Amino acid sequence: MFEIRIHGRGGQGAVTAAELLSVAAFLDGREAQAFPSFGSERMGAPVASFCRISEEPIRVREPVTTPDAVIVIDATLLHHVDVFGGLSPDGYVLINSARGLIDLGLSELTERHPVGNVIALGATDLARKHIGRPLPNICLLGAFAALTGTITLASLEAAVRDRFRADIAEANVNAARAAYEAVGMVSHA
Amino acid sequence: MRSQIEGSRAIAETVARCRPQVVPAYPITPQTHIVEAVGAMVKDGRLEGCEFITVESEFAAMSAAIGASAAGARTYTATASQGLLYMTEALFNAAGLGLPIVMTVANRAIGAPINIWNDQSDAMSQRDCGWIQLYAEDNQAAVGLHAIAFRLAERLSVPVMVCVDGFVLTHAFEPVELPEQSTVDSFLPPFRPRQLLTPYDPVTIGAMVGPEAFTEVRYLAHHQMMRAIDEFGVLAGAYARATGYELSAVSGYHVEDARTVVVALGSVAGTIKDTVDEAASPVGVVTLGLYRPFPAAEVRRMLAGADHVIVVERAFAPGMGGIVSADVRAALASLPGRPARISTVVAGLGGRAVTKASISRMLADAHTGKLGELSFLDLRNDVVERELATGRSR
Amino acid sequence: MTRQTVKFYQVGSRAVGNRLLPADLRTEQSNPDRRNALNSGHRACQGCGEALAARYVLDTAIRVTKGKLVAVNATGCLEVFSTPYPESSWQVPWLHSLFANAASVATGVAAALKVTGQDDIRVLAQGGDGGTVDIGFACLSGMFERNDDILYVCYDNEAYMNTGVQRSGATPPAARTATTEAVGPAPGNPFGTGKDMARIAMAHEIPYVATASIAELHDLESKVERAMSLRGARYLHVLVPCPLGWGSTPADTVRLARLAQRCGLFPLFEAEHGEVTNVLPMRDPVPVEDYLKPQKRYAHLFGDHPQPGVIAALQALADRNISRYGLLPSPAGGEVTR
Repeated sequence: MFEIRIHGRGGQGAVTAAELLSVAAFLDGREAQAFPSFGSERMGAPVASFCRISEEPIRVREPVTTPDAVIVIDATLLHHVDVFGGLSPDGYVLINSARGLIDLGLSELTERHPVGNVIALGATDLARKHIGRPLPNICLLGAFAALTGTITLASLEAAVRDRFRADIAEANVNAARAAYEAVGMVSHA
Repeated sequence: MRSQIEGSRAIAETVARCRPQVVPAYPITPQTHIVEAVGAMVKDGRLEGCEFITVESEFAAMSAAIGASAAGARTYTATASQGLLYMTEALFNAAGLGLPIVMTVANRAIGAPINIWNDQSDAMSQRDCGWIQLYAEDNQAAVGLHAIAFRLAERLSVPVMVCVDGFVLTHAFEPVELPEQSTVDSFLPPFRPRQLLTPYDPVTIGAMVGPEAFTEVRYLAHHQMMRAIDEFGVLAGAYARATGYELSAVSGYHVEDARTVVVALGSVAGTIKDTVDEAASPVGVVTLGLYRPFPAAEVRRMLAGADHVIVVERAFAPGMGGIVSADVRAALASLPGRPARISTVVAGLGGRAVTKASISRMLADAHTGKLGELSFLDLRNDVVERELATGRSR
Repeated sequence: MTRQTVKFYQVGSRAVGNRLLPADLRTEQSNPDRRNALNSGHRACQGCGEALAARYVLDTAIRVTKGKLVAVNATGCLEVFSTPYPESSWQVPWLHSLFANAASVATGVAAALKVTGQDDIRVLAQGGDGGTVDIGFACLSGMFERNDDILYVCYDNEAYMNTGVQRSGATPPAARTATTEAVGPAPGNPFGTGKDMARIAMAHEIPYVATASIAELHDLESKVERAMSLRGARYLHVLVPCPLGWGSTPADTVRLARLAQRCGLFPLFEAEHGEVTNVLPMRDPVPVEDYLKPQKRYAHLFGDHPQPGVIAALQALADRNISRYGLLPSPAGGEVTR
């Protein structure tokens, strides 16, 4: 089982991201589960969402406490919320930030994990460029696909197209592709 | 066709396929996605022949449901927690009037303190209102239980509530196969009311019944409820033949070789099953899909070989302890030989996550004889001690 | 329906249709073939105003709708005295659910009829003042707000009578009830409290609101007819004296209803979409004392310790109605314009 935990703030699409992740995994022919940690409807409050991907039907319902991957949509959460709690030793980290990992104070974390597993990507800028709004969640999923290989880009695109109106979907697909390629280039560097 | 969708959506889509004719709706977290989805389907024409009424309270919702059902319409609504309580008077009324209303309860804690997260206090508090209570273990079960609910309700003229853990199931995306419309149509015939409010054959519904007849009316209601145990089995069988999905009033997991068996309702059963798979010694899991009427005979059969029964409860009775435990104890009382030890474990109140680690510890304690008669899973003893100490010093 | 001989309930020559009138001007109550929706044999008190009103309203509604009517009743005197299982006085399809929800239940009935293509069948909801202005208020307001196609009728005897005469939001100032006893420095129900339900209904701007009286049978029936000719949310508020709760003689029930209107305390008017459209002028106006004196619930205003100040205050309320609604007959004639 591969477990992902996504951290963001209310309104940034952390919940949608987990859902799309699960749909993409499903479209890839796997079993998947996604759910949020639930607070009241409030913009800006820290939110965590979870996704599990497996070959077998998933019965467990508890929040993800030992994630194989952590996605951080809002870097201001980094020293606020224990976003990396329980992260497995060879886990992945994807942070939405144009700043470098050292700049973010994450050099120690980066060293503890396999090379290339911990990355930062300026997804908000990519989102602004491709969809015209600073909504980086789907863009980050493209990066996630490249980083971990747990979902295919094709399924992610299908999930996005199924969920959103055509114009919005296409814009987000472009952002996801751009992120996918950006990460691909980094990991092959 | 299987798809990866939100539990609320799966429920709404299933309900829509059951062709409800009147849906009174009032919002409360965490059922809102269900009524919103149904409302949208009515508004854009996907769901035809349905009046969607935005009412001013849950009490109004159930009251409108009573009127609609009495006038011959297949009626549905959804609520949770405080909303269920607010319609309590109407719940008893609907059951007493024999109206086959179906309602989703997105199980949520009851205040005070106010809490929007999942436990089963709401439905448990209404276990004796005369409604049939079904509990979904996952969203696929939720789908099947709703279809069965309409047919069961209309067959017996008893209202049915389908309990689905709030947020944990309602807001979870997981794979679900929705039945085709044609499948549901074959499974669920049009509503034929037992009595109808109509000028073409007038009746008086809701008369005042005095001491000379009240007991008999209530006895017959109980009798009708008891029929639901067998009837549920029949309909679940029909549903399984139609869709391939099995649902049972009581289902057992590895019960045959286990002397320790955990009993649970709802989504927590999934976490428990994952945990017992990794347990050192065999532990069985009994999941109740039907809670009211209480399927005592089947529970007895499933637990006949157990020495130790652990009832994991998502609600409790202050001043008494377990709720489901009491029913289990009553069911087991007639078993011959030494009675099994029954431990009540109150878990996940107000949405506290029930984790594999905690269940594992619970099983370990059971194994070493340390699990008491009543315990609260993951109780923060430090907090409790501090509060009690503060109270004493005052 | 099996045929049965129907009595003419004698309530005074002005009330029961006046059989000297041409046939087309007679009331439904004078019609031997009327439905008699609330049949004899119910257990109401002698002189119950609500029993009269319910029959009057429903018989007219049934005539107008040609029998295509369903009634929803709140808990209260009417429901209790009309359906002692296994008997029922109702000659209409009738549903009783709870105290607070007649309006919501009716909403559901109306929705069911609409969705099954039967909205030629009309819905009438009815309840007492307690079930309407207090505990049923939220449901009623919701029904108004949605403009659900229901005629809601409130039979107002100005207190919770079925439970032993307790004060409601419709209890008039100074009236004695079991929870506003005629004791202490301000005996009876306090001034400055209470709801004017007809005006609250008007504030919802629903298609039709009217007040009616069992003493003005023609007026009551024409209002029911008007109401049933319209669709959407409609409200009818009928004053129904209660001999038990008001401490009056059973034989005085209709007379008291008449006096309530004649003194101005219970104005008879119609309103559509929030504006008054019609007013029944007071015939032979009288001071409020004439209305209050025959009722023991106002006895503390007279007798050994008279309260002229309170009576004056009640007169002031009546005067306010007279002025607000223009209840005094115009010099030219004073007949009702329709």
